[in-house]
Amino acid sequence: MYDKKIIIPILAVIVVVLTYPIWSLFGKGAAAPELDLNTPEIQALAEKECIEDTEFMRSNHMELLNEWRIKSVREGTNVYVASDGQEYEMSLQNTCLSCHSNKENFCDSCHSYAEVNPDCWDCHVGGEL
Amino acid sequence: MIEHIFRGSKKYWMWLSFLLIMIAAGFGAYLYQFTYGLTVTGMGRDVSWGLYIGQFTFFVGVAASAVMVVLPYYLHNVKDFGRITVFGEFLAIAAVTMCMLFIVVDLGRPERVLNVLIMATPHSIMFWDMVVLSGYLLLNLLIGWNMLEAEYNAIEPAKWVKNLVYLSIPWAVSIHTVTAFLIAGLPGRHYWLTSIMAARFLASAFASGPSLLILLMLVLKKYTGFKTEEKAIHKLSLIITYAMTISIFFIVLEFFTAFYSQIPTHMHSLEYLFFGLEGHGVLVPFMVIFAVLALVALILLLNPKTRKNQKYLAIACSFVFVSMMIEKGLALIVGGFIPNAFETITEYLPTVTELLITMGIWAIGGLILTVFYKMAIGVKEQTGGAEF
Amino acid sequence: MKMDRRNFIRMCGLGLLGLGATKADKIFADVTKSKYLRTASLQGKRWAMVIDSRKCNDCDDCVAACHKVHNVPDINKKEQEVKWIWKEGFHGTFPDLGHQYMTEKLEKRLFPILCNHCDNPACVRVCPTKATFKREDGVIMMDYHRCIGCRYCMAGCPYGARSFNFQDPRPYIKNMNNEYPTRTKGVVEKCNFCAELLVKGELPLCVQACKKGAITFGDLNDPASPVRKILENEATIQRKPSLGTYPSVYYIV
Repeated sequence: MYDKKIIIPILAVIVVVLTYPIWSLFGKGAAAPELDLNTPEIQALAEKECIEDTEFMRSNHMELLNEWRIKSVREGTNVYVASDGQEYEMSLQNTCLSCHSNKENFCDSCHSYAEVNPDCWDCHVGGEL
Repeated sequence: MIEHIFRGSKKYWMWLSFLLIMIAAGFGAYLYQFTYGLTVTGMGRDVSWGLYIGQFTFFVGVAASAVMVVLPYYLHNVKDFGRITVFGEFLAIAAVTMCMLFIVVDLGRPERVLNVLIMATPHSIMFWDMVVLSGYLLLNLLIGWNMLEAEYNAIEPAKWVKNLVYLSIPWAVSIHTVTAFLIAGLPGRHYWLTSIMAARFLASAFASGPSLLILLMLVLKKYTGFKTEEKAIHKLSLIITYAMTISIFFIVLEFFTAFYSQIPTHMHSLEYLFFGLEGHGVLVPFMVIFAVLALVALILLLNPKTRKNQKYLAIACSFVFVSMMIEKGLALIVGGFIPNAFETITEYLPTVTELLITMGIWAIGGLILTVFYKMAIGVKEQTGGAEF
Repeated sequence: MKMDRRNFIRMCGLGLLGLGATKADKIFADVTKSKYLRTASLQGKRWAMVIDSRKCNDCDDCVAACHKVHNVPDINKKEQEVKWIWKEGFHGTFPDLGHQYMTEKLEKRLFPILCNHCDNPACVRVCPTKATFKREDGVIMMDYHRCIGCRYCMAGCPYGARSFNFQDPRPYIKNMNNEYPTRTKGVVEKCNFCAELLVKGELPLCVQACKKGAITFGDLNDPASPVRKILENEATIQRKPSLGTYPSVYYIV
């Protein structure tokens, strides 16, 4: 191999940088967060269910929010008809957060556990600023 | 081929370190801008594009001008350019990369830049600009690399590479035409709303780009073993003379239309830039420098005695480059925003942050140019500069 | 093809591209089969506004109402201000119309100006991501999620109606309205004709806020609408009509 002195150190640096997300997490085990559904607004509900069932919301809430954003901003609709026929105003700020008023314990705890940084809160007002 | 990049004299490494320091400074300034937003620039709601877009426009021209060595060589069999076409192509690579960086640093949300492709919008000229610029970069990478590789292996370049060269000629014209269309079709921007904008762009590009190439060739002659033939430089200087004459002629045309028609909105930007308007005139000194340099360069170029003397030619080329850099790289874009939509004047000058970032991008361009030229010269020295 | 090192690397690159492409279709897919509704129909409408500048005087009620509800920041650097609706003098509003012998009243009069929601909008034509687009009811909308902040629309708009967030706007919002989002650093924003109210069948805030009733709002396609009535009975003008943008905001001077 030509130019060993140059190539090997560069390769080593590249490998270290590319694997940073993996090795930076060594020894940082964290317990899965408990989602806190205990807000006064939810306690006051007769039936404690979100706009769709829990399983669906857990795995699809991000896609649903994306879809809401397209339907409301781009297509000019404002009402979401859920699978059970109930109608909801499409608003992250005014509908979702009206029940889930505890953004830190509901949204943030899970997002930080999963290391995702949705930029929703740069614009949409969510509790503390 | 790549190995040539890593073997060089002390001067070579010192030059590279200097560029890297400049890049680091520019990057630091960019991090500052990224954190606080474009508020750290001199732009505002009235002058909403500034030095970055000006520099972008200028360097699209430099990139397009590679065609001025490629076209004569491949279409008119001008053998003198044979040894320097690859330098033209590598200059285009550096310039297009700079253009893309200037766009990215100008964006408010650079992390979303790929939206331009994901949400492809054919009625936006900016979409087409992204398409033609990336295409041009790819073309020149493929052509430059394969041409040099063929030279390295002492064989004829492959047929498909030559076909790409033919494609790159109209493509070069397209990148600067599309860039002119970016600004030449906007209602209410009277200074830009001129149908000779694309022609003006091409003319000034074919003056400033080859000027830079001649200067680079003279630098290579002084500091490396690569000597460009006198004949090639002479031919190139003729091209510059024509292009510079046409550029200045086009500017005269703009003045005539504006001032003979006496339509105020057509006169205002020119008045502001060259003479100052209603007591505002921060760009006037720049335009005076532009006018003086451009005229001196024109005289030096038109006179065969001075044009053929490399000392005077070097002066003329640097004057062409600097004057066009002022006219196109700053004043043309800023002038389009003055007066603003309310016919009042808000002035613009770049801030230190903007200058640092701009300098950093120049250094990146310089770095790309240096390593590519180093490689090309290495290959040419090895093969004795064989021609095909 | 001979599989040497170069070809192997080329193939890897192509394979990676292919993998990326398989994900691409997901971007546009809907997750639910649910229906989406509007409280008020927008079908066949084209919203327009008539501003009677004779009735407009020194108050700033329309500006205040709009900026408060929409969380428009109050930026102290004048050149980097953000505004959806504001007031300009005659010469700023109609730079191609005035002359030097106008009445003093007209010279001093201020005109509320806002996005014209043009029928042939240059900003929409130039936007490279469709972040600004024209809705079927004529409202020129901004999708702040998509804006890359290139400010091409600001160069395209001949009315100076667009503002760029040169910095994070939040520190400059004095009284946050928690029911409306803010914008973020690096996107362009402008008046949205109160699209969030139109869909509920309500009038824009500036129209509601004006105590003098100087601003009239309605459907240009409906001959019985209040805007059409005024346009038929009064001398009205638009800003810079010669540019072919066909503004939806009319003025009585």
